[in-house]
Amino acid sequence: MKNIITFSAGLIFGLGLIISGMTNPTKVIGFLDLAGKWDPSLAFVMLGAIVVAFFAFRRAEAKTLTLLDEPIDLPAKTHMTKELVIGSMLFGAGWALAGFCPGPAIVALGAGYEKALIFVIAMLVGMAAHEYLYKK
Amino acid sequence: MENFTPIQSLIGGLLIGVSASILILFIGKIAGISGIVASLLQFKNKPKEHYIWRGLFIAGLLAASYVYKAFAPLPVSEISASTSTLIIAGLLVGFGTQMGSGCTSGHGVCGLSRLSLRSLVATMCFMFTGFVVCYLMLHVV
Repeated sequence: MKNIITFSAGLIFGLGLIISGMTNPTKVIGFLDLAGKWDPSLAFVMLGAIVVAFFAFRRAEAKTLTLLDEPIDLPAKTHMTKELVIGSMLFGAGWALAGFCPGPAIVALGAGYEKALIFVIAMLVGMAAHEYLYKK
Repeated sequence: MENFTPIQSLIGGLLIGVSASILILFIGKIAGISGIVASLLQFKNKPKEHYIWRGLFIAGLLAASYVYKAFAPLPVSEISASTSTLIIAGLLVGFGTQMGSGCTSGHGVCGLSRLSLRSLVATMCFMFTGFVVCYLMLHVV
């Protein structure tokens, strides 16, 4: 049951990314291109997602167990760090260069795009490099 | 604004919100994709449970295109970046999301939904450099 729910959540997330236009890097870059023919569509993705998830997280913050009696695992960090700022800035730069963030790249990989595979492999190397440099 | 698709993007966003809600309400986990992927790369001393839910969630993402195709033609992903640009971008996204503890899903959707100040700062940072790099890429270089 738990496994079916988790797989379904991933599937619904992926379908949402496809329908929203997030899996098209050209559309993502059109959203980031404020100085060109700006396409604000992707702001509606975030709006739609937050309108729904806000209520789910309100419940999650108030409880310690899920509807399946699983422990709720929420991030504990609340302080600002330079890593948060610098890391997010590096991510934004990469996002704009390719038009891919992690979720849409994985969905496009599932659709069989060779260029998505190249991006995802580089992303995994970047993640492993961080793990190696900072967590050992 | 010729490519403006507010309705489709809103519907897609609602589905993403439903997915994040299912994951936190039933499984108790945050739908932060960069964190989920990176945790699958940790090989040392992790119980089986560490991998199962993460692997299943990513499998769902990978399966989404196949499922979509069963109902409608799959929208095209126009990837204009060259191979070398994709490699640099992937390295930046992989390293940056780990250093910054999240990406568009973890910070931009889940974090903002739970009114996390850290996620608001992170979202403003990646949007800012996203806009700047896009400007440099399309209008300067």
